[in-house]
Amino acid sequence: MTSENILVQVDQLSRSFGPLLALDDISFEVRKGEVLGFLGPNGAGKSTTMQILSGNLAPSAGRVMICGIDLLDQPKQAKALLGYLSDQPPLYRELTVDEYLRYCARLNRIPAAQRKSALDVAKQRCGLTEVGRRLIGNLSKGYRQRVGIAQAIIHSPAVVILDEPTVGLDPIQIREIRHLISELRDEHSVILSTHILPEVQAVCDRVQIINKGQLVLSDTIAGLQQRMRGESLWLTLRQPPETAALEKIVGEGQVESLGDGHFRIHAEQLEQQAERVVIEAVANGWGLYEIRPERMNLEQIFVDITSNEHGVGVGRAVS
Amino acid sequence: MMAFTIAGRELRSLFISPLAWSILAVVQLILGYMFLIQLEGYMAVQARLLGVEGAPGVTELVVAPVLYNASIVLLMVVPMLTMRLLSEERRAQTLSLLFSAPLSMSEIVLGKFLGVMGFLLIMVLMIALMPLSLLAGGSLDLGMLLAGVLGLVLLLASFAALGLFMSTLTEQPTIAAVSTFAVLLLLWIINAASNADLGQTSELFAYLSLLQHFESLLKGVFDSADVIYYLLFVMLFLGLSIRRLDADRLQH
Repeated sequence: MTSENILVQVDQLSRSFGPLLALDDISFEVRKGEVLGFLGPNGAGKSTTMQILSGNLAPSAGRVMICGIDLLDQPKQAKALLGYLSDQPPLYRELTVDEYLRYCARLNRIPAAQRKSALDVAKQRCGLTEVGRRLIGNLSKGYRQRVGIAQAIIHSPAVVILDEPTVGLDPIQIREIRHLISELRDEHSVILSTHILPEVQAVCDRVQIINKGQLVLSDTIAGLQQRMRGESLWLTLRQPPETAALEKIVGEGQVESLGDGHFRIHAEQLEQQAERVVIEAVANGWGLYEIRPERMNLEQIFVDITSNEHGVGVGRAVS
Repeated sequence: MMAFTIAGRELRSLFISPLAWSILAVVQLILGYMFLIQLEGYMAVQARLLGVEGAPGVTELVVAPVLYNASIVLLMVVPMLTMRLLSEERRAQTLSLLFSAPLSMSEIVLGKFLGVMGFLLIMVLMIALMPLSLLAGGSLDLGMLLAGVLGLVLLLASFAALGLFMSTLTEQPTIAAVSTFAVLLLLWIINAASNADLGQTSELFAYLSLLQHFESLLKGVFDSADVIYYLLFVMLFLGLSIRRLDADRLQH
């Protein structure tokens, strides 16, 4: 990967609040056209990272380069390449959407001649064309979030940083925002923080999990799904046989009977096991109703990663 | 110049809320009343003054007191205007918009300051219209009026700078307003010590007083030391505000 494709480079970033170490030696990169998901439980250091990347917070140690420009040495030049939406959208409720976005365009030094078109493009991309003349204070939460995103992309920055952009929205709005984010990747790199796993799966190319200020996993989405596959099968039979009959099929694996025809099968090589179970179930008329691999959820992955392979996978980020 | 963009929005937000309008109206009403009382008093003694050699004119007897009263009324008003400047942004978490835009801290602080100054200049203009209306029926010592207005503008700039700094310190606009008012009042009356016989100390206190320097400008005495005093005062508190905002990024 050539260096000109790396838009954001974070080197050994640390940040402490008094005695609390909120970020501990974090390094990663974001390439052009990439959507990077930042996952973590509340209080893991996601927002702190986002605030540092956007220049709202100075790191205690480390370096942030935006398109090769050091954010700490040349903040103005670096910030011109950034768009940032904080977890609370920074909106002035007493202004209309148009007034607000025009103000943001000025703040981001868009030349007067291009301001109108920049405003129109941002509004159109965020679906705000209809509400331009309405007061921000009177908009619904979903619309306010969109105004916040419009504010972050109005100057077509190379890097867009969105801190929990879908919190508090209803499912339809969430889908719209996700759609918008996946459109953004055409022209911008996006860094997105969230604690919702499906969100990452829906829009991100790469995911980083952060816990207690440390980067515990950095992987592609496919890699993450691999990890999520888990090691058990969920089985529902309408005419369940004795547990012993199932145990015979799975051989070395274990069968848990959960009553009402539900079983959980723990075994190696789940694919072959599933196949065998299906064949047997059909042959013996057990009334196969449901069979699926059980996926781990984010919480389990956390527990898994933080307890078992502490820190493993970080090295892969650089490859 | 980015500071003007911020100042423009600040001014706009002020005039969108009823606060600016009601402050303008109330101040104008009170000062108009005081102006008329002054004028009435002057009319009563005018005939007698005509005979006296070197007697004070209308500018001394009407205009200067009006400007002096204006400064006292505005001492109470400015904290209300400056209190929300940064504390409100901090409370509504809109500061991140300014912090992540390609702006320096000085531009942010200067913009906020200029926004309030824009409003205060409108107010001074409206106040100055009252004495100027006297031109319709007589003549004024325009130089003295100008010195007085300049004094008022400089004084208000100092009020605003202090208020802005107080606003950077807290998330609560009320606290910013109360502490601004307290400090301004203290700096106002600090020269009271000069009346008590304290020797050297009292002279220092008198020099620190915001009032002292305003009074000489009101008399029509343009001393560059007074002007520099106000300019230094403004720069000190703008500088402190910039430092305070910078510290926001560094520590929490």
